[in-house]
Amino acid sequence: MRIELTSEQQMIRAMAAEFAQEHVAPIASEIDRDARFPHETVKRMGELGLLGIMVPEQWGGAGADAVSYVVALEEIAKACASHAVVMSVNNSLYCDPLWKYGTDEQRARFLKPVAAGHALGCFALTEPEAGSDARNQHTVAVRDGENYVLTGRKLFISTGREASYALVFAQTDRDKAHRGISAFVVEKGAPGFSVSKTEDKLGIRASDTAELVFDACRVPAANRIGEEGRGFHIALATLDGGRVGIAAQAVGIAAGAYERSVRYARERKAFGVLIGEHQMVGWMLADMATAIDGARLMTLKAASLKDAGQPYTKEAAMAKLFAAETAMKVATDAVQVHGGFGFIREAEVERYFRDAKITQIYEGTSQIQKLVIAREVLK
Amino acid sequence: MKIVVAIKQVPDTATQVKIGGDPKAIDTAGITWIVSPYDEFAIEEALRLKEKRGQGEVIAVSLGPDRVKEALRSALAMGCDRAIHLNDPAWANADTLATAQALAAVIKQEQPALVLCGRQAIDDDMGAVGAQLAEVLGWPCASWIMEEAVDADAKSVRVGRQVEGGLEVFDLPLPAVLSAQKGLNEPRYPTLKGIMGAKKKEIKDVKAGDLGLTPAAPQVAVKNLEALPARPPGRVIQGEIKDAVKELVRALREDAKAI
Repeated sequence: MRIELTSEQQMIRAMAAEFAQEHVAPIASEIDRDARFPHETVKRMGELGLLGIMVPEQWGGAGADAVSYVVALEEIAKACASHAVVMSVNNSLYCDPLWKYGTDEQRARFLKPVAAGHALGCFALTEPEAGSDARNQHTVAVRDGENYVLTGRKLFISTGREASYALVFAQTDRDKAHRGISAFVVEKGAPGFSVSKTEDKLGIRASDTAELVFDACRVPAANRIGEEGRGFHIALATLDGGRVGIAAQAVGIAAGAYERSVRYARERKAFGVLIGEHQMVGWMLADMATAIDGARLMTLKAASLKDAGQPYTKEAAMAKLFAAETAMKVATDAVQVHGGFGFIREAEVERYFRDAKITQIYEGTSQIQKLVIAREVLK
Repeated sequence: MKIVVAIKQVPDTATQVKIGGDPKAIDTAGITWIVSPYDEFAIEEALRLKEKRGQGEVIAVSLGPDRVKEALRSALAMGCDRAIHLNDPAWANADTLATAQALAAVIKQEQPALVLCGRQAIDDDMGAVGAQLAEVLGWPCASWIMEEAVDADAKSVRVGRQVEGGLEVFDLPLPAVLSAQKGLNEPRYPTLKGIMGAKKKEIKDVKAGDLGLTPAAPQVAVKNLEALPARPPGRVIQGEIKDAVKELVRALREDAKAI
């Protein structure tokens, strides 16, 4: 067994790294402080093909694989976790299900512009009463002739304000509980669909997290993705892919915080020697490097299983769990390595510290990942 | 308009160069190889020329061992149409002249209207191949260009080349050889589609014999490589500004003999 990226994957990583360091890293602090969505760089990411990596060329994407996706996403996250979540949501949570479950007509209308980076997509599953308990959907979609009428609220929707297309989950048959959930594409500007607020967050502040309101919003039946009642299955399968993306984001956050710590440990002196030579700091760096390597390998493994068409639910949950915990631990220690300076915005590691936290929460909290893993283990 | 871009694969700019066991060469273990940055300006300019004219072909050419294929693939990912790899152990010790002769032979076959290359490769920093290539071909040459404009008929090119304090403007009849200076353009990133599509483009392997060449013994041979001597530590002059300045001037004049 030899773990080596193909020459395409290496080129994709190099391109993403160069773009991230030259164009994303320089603005990361400022857009975090101002909670400003980075339209310009996100647009360039679309032009480079980073927003529809796994979608075949025919449907506007790059036709690359999941391994390419995670190596590119890690590089973007290393520079800025906000850019990374926009990229992850667009690729994993919108393009992936549209390609997998959409008809050709739906792919042409709703996938192609998003995979090509001309517009953004989002994934609207979470509700005030349906977070980890995602089955508990209150949004309803009532059939009325050739339309469905959607009523309800979606909460904490990443890219919810900026997206032109939302993949929305709603109950079409309440009696069937989660087997009565269906998926719809709702276009921005549809009558009755509005964004009621954007959240003010601890981390990933440059990405928009919004509340979506559906007030008797009429959606053509042609916008339903998959059969009626298949929505929850689509959501869960989509989240498997999403978790690999968030794992890659977490690895990137950890790697960014770690690299800054190594640099600092080589520059900063205390008690007459570089702080890296103090065993307590050296050990922190060693633990960081080891955990990051493990998290990266687990992420690559889950991605390569997805590419091979093998089941990867367990591996995706494991990668997401371990990478998220690693990101939080590494970013916490990175602040510690920097001491007082680490607590100051200028050092930037405090941003990684704040950004890391969300990876333990969204697309399934660490606790939910353990539930998924335990269920798979006990199968 | 057919354009040939001559590129060189070099160690990444961030490489900590170490001298190898054989002190005539560097230790290549663990090195990341890239397309020499000045050559990227040349590739970008060729692609822009093709795009501006709405037609044409851009061919990347490089001389070197198997690993050079990666550099050519990067050029293809950026948008070059095909590539030629001058790959033959006979060129293992090629100096700049042998390299220029090999490039000239393949360029004679291709008959492009224009050859672009970087002003120098960032490894050996010789900056010789472009001019030597023009000499071997008997074509005009402009080095360190900051701008270019090919006329509508592709019969001549006007270039601005960097000189101290300004630009020197020349008109050259085509075909010609131009070498790119930083500032000519900003090279594009390869897109994902470009990277995925590069695999489907041709990289033709060419041996010395295919060009009717028998590389002569190099005119320039490396005798030995030596690491730069360690930099002596700096000196901080303490004390009152008034005295410190006096001491600084004295040290610059008497110790360093700099003024």
